[in-house]
Amino acid sequence: MSEIDLSAIKPAKLVDTRSSACPGPLLEAKKAMGVAHSGETVELWVSDPESKENILIWAKKVGHNYLGTVPSDSYDRMFINRK
Amino acid sequence: MVDALSVAERQSSPEEKKVEGLTMVVFSEDLDKALAAFIIANGAAAMDIPVTMFFTFWGTNIMRRNGPVKLIEKKSFMEKMFACMMPKGPDKLTLSKMHMGGMGTSLMKKEMAKKNVYSLPRLIQEARDQGVRMVICTMTMDVMGLKKEELLQGVEYGGVATFVASADESRSTLFI
Repeated sequence: MSEIDLSAIKPAKLVDTRSSACPGPLLEAKKAMGVAHSGETVELWVSDPESKENILIWAKKVGHNYLGTVPSDSYDRMFINRK
Repeated sequence: MVDALSVAERQSSPEEKKVEGLTMVVFSEDLDKALAAFIIANGAAAMDIPVTMFFTFWGTNIMRRNGPVKLIEKKSFMEKMFACMMPKGPDKLTLSKMHMGGMGTSLMKKEMAKKNVYSLPRLIQEARDQGVRMVICTMTMDVMGLKKEELLQGVEYGGVATFVASADESRSTLFI
């Protein structure tokens, strides 16, 4: 996979999952994907590594394309492309 | 040769009909176990795995509706006793440990809310929104005198065959 410039991505939807605990972030990620169209990218803000891991496993299982993560101050910005 | 083939066929067929799926028996009415059941159900549904939850015995009480219900048929004395002693729905469940006359359960709920864990009613709603199939055991309803009017909406009713058929087609089965 070639390096993608994540900062250039214009996400179709931004979801802040930082305030919820398992399984909240996963359900919020799924809902966000539900409103995005195929090929569009969703940006997810996650506050802990477990939520990130959960979302990675979910994306792989469901078939969405994980583009990468941009670390921010106290959280991670994940970019996922809808299949 | 023919025999060997038919044996191989017989052995392979049960696996073939197993598709991705999760079937659960929800037997317990403890708050902690109900939470676990609904968190797993929601997680699986989010991963596009079809989920069936089969509520039987005490687990049936998780799906009771709270508040006054107009019953079509009257309950017997024993049924009234059951109705009064069993928890009335997801908000009334108690922890399997550290309930401490209600104090433990109440503190746990507060702590969970503070840490942004979804409440049980919320998890049930999320599961319903995600199309999780919820089946209530009619034999339990009959024994405990629970009527359809007393149970949450959007549920199905079934018996052992419903569960076994669903479990047989699922890759994973849990008993909670």
